[in-house]
Amino acid sequence: MADKLKLEMVTPYKRVLSEEVDEITAPGFIGELGLLPGHTPLLTTLKVGELTYKKGSEQFHVAVNWGYLEVEEDTVTVLVDTAEKSDEIDLARAKAALGRAEEALKALSQEDKNFKIMEAALERALIRIQVAGKK
Amino acid sequence: MPSLKDIKKRIGSVKNTQQITKAMKMVAAAKLRRAQDAAVAARPYAEKLQTVMSNLAAREEGDGHPLLIQRGTGRALVILMTADRGLCGGFNANASKEAERFIRANEQGFEDFDLMIIGRKGRDFLRSRIGDKISKVYENITSDATYKTAQLIGEEVVSAYSEEKYDAVFVIYNAFQSAIVQNVTLEQVLPIQPKEAEETGEATIDYIYEPNRGEVLSQLLPKMVEVQIFRALLESNASEQGARMSAMDSASRNASDMIGKLTLQYNRARQAAITKELMEIISGAESIK
Repeated sequence: MADKLKLEMVTPYKRVLSEEVDEITAPGFIGELGLLPGHTPLLTTLKVGELTYKKGSEQFHVAVNWGYLEVEEDTVTVLVDTAEKSDEIDLARAKAALGRAEEALKALSQEDKNFKIMEAALERALIRIQVAGKK
Repeated sequence: MPSLKDIKKRIGSVKNTQQITKAMKMVAAAKLRRAQDAAVAARPYAEKLQTVMSNLAAREEGDGHPLLIQRGTGRALVILMTADRGLCGGFNANASKEAERFIRANEQGFEDFDLMIIGRKGRDFLRSRIGDKISKVYENITSDATYKTAQLIGEEVVSAYSEEKYDAVFVIYNAFQSAIVQNVTLEQVLPIQPKEAEETGEATIDYIYEPNRGEVLSQLLPKMVEVQIFRALLESNASEQGARMSAMDSASRNASDMIGKLTLQYNRARQAAITKELMEIISGAESIK
């Protein structure tokens, strides 16, 4: 059994990560899940959230959007719509997006079909700010 | 015989044309690089998704997901991807002709077809031929196709399919091989035909599914459609730039040839004029003697 996990993260635009890591924490559909080497095969969808991985004593944070994660023989494949590492996030932009989403949510009623879209945008912005803060 | 002035004028105009074709070639080459990079960058995602899908589908029993079930042969939707602009060789005509052939030949015996066209040129080409089949045209989306674009088209297609408006969905596009070679490709988008796991040569793995398999599958399948459309968009865009680049390259070369010929003609005419003038002077001088 290998003592490392191979983490591969891809979005439709590019391969974001391909690294050997020690530990991964991911925002799974039914709750946060931690992955260590030797995990059984698993396929789960991901929520908007923060994915953390540990390499030695260093921790890295990535903000991910909708996607899913597959574990297979110590290889973890993460397919997501968007992925932003903590040092790539433009905090000012995220804050602006947060402000916009909040404004829009105040103006919209719950039934409006844009409500859900804006709510998702709000969630994404919050996660981004949270992740950006952990440089 | 055209006069010297006429030839000179023509050389000038051919030179102008050549400058334009050269510039277009340069622009296409630059755009090709970007489009090609985008197409290559999108590949890992599509491949990974395909692997996961085949793993999933291998375990799929009879009560499959609606997007996997083969339905009858009612109405079919054909998505044709062309460019908004011309001057790119046979790029638009080839794809459009394939769409026309596919609809006319109707090998699988569909009752009727709808045609969704992406790109203005495909519409212009097919309007007079099978205009009654065209149900929708999207313009100005190919040159800067984002995943969002593909997502919107994907959602539209999946919902139309789920409402049983269509029984099958196909996509026709120019697959990018190199700047010179583009292959018109026809792919079935829906119902999804997952590649068998045996083909990939990997043993299937028993996963734990979270939240459960049906849920995972129903989230993945629409994604599959989006990714396929996204890939087709990117490939089509790369092919367009490649086709334009090689078309403009040969146009520039033809212009060079033409300038060469015209210059030769010009020089001959000039020489003939000088000879004629000399003869006149000599014969004039002779007559005075």
